[in-house]
Amino acid sequence: MNKTKLTALLATAALGTLGAAQAQTLSDGAIRVGVLTDLSGVYSELAGQGSVKAAQMAAEDFMKANKAYAGKVTVTGVDHQNKADVAGNKAAEMIDRQGVDMLVDMPTSSAALAATEVARQKKVIAMVVTGATTALTNEKCNRYTFHYAYDNFMLANGTGTAVTKRGGNSWYIIYPNYAFGQDLNRQMMAAVQENGGKMVTNSDATPFPNTDFSSYLLKAQSLKPKIFGTMQAGNDLVNVVKQYNEFGLKKQGIGLGIGLLFETDVAALGQDAFAGAIATVPWFWNYDARSRQWAMKFEKAFGKKPTWAQAGVYSSTMTYLQAVARAKTDTSDAVVKALEGHSFDDFFARNATIRAQDHRVLLNVHTVMVKSKAESKEAGDIYTRLATIPAAKAFMPLSESKCKM
Amino acid sequence: MNTQLLLIQVFNGLVNGAFYALLSLGLAVIFGMLRIVNFAHGALYMLGAFVAFALGQAFGLGFWPSLILAPLIVGLIGVVLERTLLSRLYGLEPSYNLLLTFGLTLLTQDLVKQVMLSQYAVSSAPYTPPEALSGVVNLGFVVFPKYRLFVIALSVVICLITWFVIEKTRVGAIIRASTENPGVTRAFGIDVGKWVTGVFGVGVGLAGLAGVLAAPIYSVEPYMGSELIITTFAVVVIGGMGSILGSVVTGFAVGVLAAVGSALYPPIANTLVFILMALVLLVRPSGLFGLPEGAR
Repeated sequence: MNKTKLTALLATAALGTLGAAQAQTLSDGAIRVGVLTDLSGVYSELAGQGSVKAAQMAAEDFMKANKAYAGKVTVTGVDHQNKADVAGNKAAEMIDRQGVDMLVDMPTSSAALAATEVARQKKVIAMVVTGATTALTNEKCNRYTFHYAYDNFMLANGTGTAVTKRGGNSWYIIYPNYAFGQDLNRQMMAAVQENGGKMVTNSDATPFPNTDFSSYLLKAQSLKPKIFGTMQAGNDLVNVVKQYNEFGLKKQGIGLGIGLLFETDVAALGQDAFAGAIATVPWFWNYDARSRQWAMKFEKAFGKKPTWAQAGVYSSTMTYLQAVARAKTDTSDAVVKALEGHSFDDFFARNATIRAQDHRVLLNVHTVMVKSKAESKEAGDIYTRLATIPAAKAFMPLSESKCKM
Repeated sequence: MNTQLLLIQVFNGLVNGAFYALLSLGLAVIFGMLRIVNFAHGALYMLGAFVAFALGQAFGLGFWPSLILAPLIVGLIGVVLERTLLSRLYGLEPSYNLLLTFGLTLLTQDLVKQVMLSQYAVSSAPYTPPEALSGVVNLGFVVFPKYRLFVIALSVVICLITWFVIEKTRVGAIIRASTENPGVTRAFGIDVGKWVTGVFGVGVGLAGLAGVLAAPIYSVEPYMGSELIITTFAVVVIGGMGSILGSVVTGFAVGVLAAVGSALYPPIANTLVFILMALVLLVRPSGLFGLPEGAR
């Protein structure tokens, strides 16, 4: 054996031991990621199995890039049924019985609030991607909860401002009657009024979930606002938009303001039903080459294009895993330290920083308009980007935050 | 709220009322004759919508042929269910058929979800109304979708026909006789078993018809029946278990009440029907149109 080969061999062996030593600082020898999501209900298509797949992809990519952690990251997906009590119980069960080190996704604000409260008590990091309420980084903020991708302030700030400035200055809003809808309604009204718009009447709270929105559409018909604002999401939003078209409101001069829009909603009803509607999104798959590249990989693995929620689950899982690698341990307090103030840039989170004071993850977001089928260049090409709101302006400024950590 | 808006909501409520009426009509017919509380009714309503959607996808069938075919198919499925499963439970405690039909609901929902996801890659699909009925019509006091007017009209006609058949024809007389006293009816040489199967098929077919009618208004999705069925049961109870007139009248009335309620005070919209149910049961335990148990 010649000298070079021997050196290489020794170096590899040394690296191997080093790696092993690093990985040994993990609690129970593994990093366990728990995807707490909706596997059967209204949000199962925009998050659900796709979120579990995204987290798995992040785990695999991380292990490939960090050999010391090879075989040490596991991912499990659990159904929280969008119910706060179920989410709390499942979070506790995953942490206590399965030794989960980090929870991710959490669609439905009420479920996210319940799960993050359990995670806080048990000192486990929670990365909320699909839950939207700003309470997570305000009155309910805590040391172990991070809010990724988007929130109601960012949606309202983006869409309310864009729509109002384009002439949609009188609104009638309906919202689903739970934490998310109530919060988004408040934020949207504030954003519209701040830009000189007004409400033609009080907003109406609708049951959640709900299929028939005709009463509210008829009310809009007689009130004649410039914009009919819907804060519904998922299947509920699909029903609202379907009936908005059925009642011919667009022809009567009443535009559509959408609080929260997912790619799957547009796919469910067809682009033309949504054409011209403005929304704010943290990401879309054909934004640029880097996004496309990841989206193609996901499509190959999952069979469908990713929603931004699923892309966000990948990104947040990866961000967490990399923080574990930097901290060289999965002890929550050390990982929190590695996450706080961290700046990064990946295919999803552009120009991103994790604000240490309230754990809001700041990133660039985009105001988009839905293209008609005729304008679309390829399958899934649904958005025209109107503007990009820089990370520093997209989210609630720290001065307004009620977070006391 | 001004009177015009109130009038609009009363009118709008008839649409949902039409669905409640069609569904509770089927439930009433089935309960009246078979003493089965058919919990699977909502799933069979969903199946009507799904069959119409699938016929369109597989054979390019439009709304009109589906409006005839889908209820027939669902009715046939009902006949098979009655012959193979339900008929084995007659004479047992009612909780058995409740459990069976509830289980069938879960099974049907998940099956349809699997099929939709694997075949069409969606779990919720839009269904468009026929060309002739798309668009809106200005009624003077409101601009209303043509299709919804059609739904109101058709369901009123169907309800009238069902009522007529049961109250005024020989077929109806046999059905009523089989309900009142199966033993004596059998003694007259009438095959009660076959009539029971037929009635179940028709009742379920009505649910299928409601499903096809609902598809263009709501999206076709596996759980579309589960919300509706709870309200429908309340309608049946308010109207009087087994009363045909009661279920139809109450169906439309509850639809109107819910629409007006949701315009006046939205949070109460879904609770209204149960408040009404509680009040009615306090005053008339057998429902508005139901006969007291002893009078049967």
